[in-house]
Amino acid sequence: MTMSDVAERVKKIVVEHLGVEEAKVTEDASFIDDLGADSLDTVELVMAFEEEFGCEIPDDAAEKIVTVKDAIAFIQENA
Amino acid sequence: MFDLSGKSALVTGASGGIGGAIARALHTAGAQVALSGTRVEPLEALAGELGERAFVVPCSLADAEATAALPGQAEEAMGGLDILVNNAGLTRDQLAMRMKDEDWQQVLDINLTASFRLSRAVLRGMMKRRWGRIIGITSIVGVTGNPGQTNYAASKAGMIGYSKSLAGEVAARGITVNCIAPGFIETAMTDVLPEAQREKLLTSIPAQRLGRPEDIGTACVYLASEEAAYVTGQTLHVNGGMAMI
Repeated sequence: MTMSDVAERVKKIVVEHLGVEEAKVTEDASFIDDLGADSLDTVELVMAFEEEFGCEIPDDAAEKIVTVKDAIAFIQENA
Repeated sequence: MFDLSGKSALVTGASGGIGGAIARALHTAGAQVALSGTRVEPLEALAGELGERAFVVPCSLADAEATAALPGQAEEAMGGLDILVNNAGLTRDQLAMRMKDEDWQQVLDINLTASFRLSRAVLRGMMKRRWGRIIGITSIVGVTGNPGQTNYAASKAGMIGYSKSLAGEVAARGITVNCIAPGFIETAMTDVLPEAQREKLLTSIPAQRLGRPEDIGTACVYLASEEAAYVTGQTLHVNGGMAMI
């Protein structure tokens, strides 16, 4: 998986799950502060990432995924 | 109304009087049912009686790992899991002054902790499907208290507390979390009451009869139904007017 491939798929999931405009989903965007996610949304996003990339994201790692960039980096390293 | 066709339900403690009636009622309303309990024989007998759409998934709720795995087994058997009924429970009655730590702990472990573990384990699938019903069978004594049942009452009050909290967490995902609080129901547990005590009991019940297990089954069908989608975080008291709360 290339970096841009992962980024693209992550952003697509974020757009679908949070119902936000694609332009808002920058790599620095925080799910909660910038994209209007609540804590349960972030749990669902992690579930969606796990499914899309066939990986397991443990709870302690999930807690550190705050921005779009964090998600891309974790998946890049672990999927 | 109250058609559960196409829905799949897991009922714990299905070998008991109330659990069996709940499973029957859900099944009659069209749901598939996975019957859980520790005693396989009565579960098999009930599954045989129900015929199609009934599965047996034995589990000891004292075992944390087995408990966490139970929803997955039920889902595998039925191809889905939309309704969880936490009905399994036990009593270890004793005056508080004489109650042993292990009697306290065992009741909390099975009635409260195991039911929470099951609720937690079914959430993922329900969130994905944007539909779910979690129903806890609590007890009137969880609200009123009852001498000799500090452990049991605490476990049942605990169920009500976590159900309300969980209801708030998942309401926006189409999942409701409610409790049913039976009063005195005719089961093996109340059959053993001496006649005099039974008579006395009846004077405290405006309906002048004990409840039937079917009364709980029907309440369960309602809370599991599509029609009850807007009811969450509630405790439905089914007690013949014994306590009006």
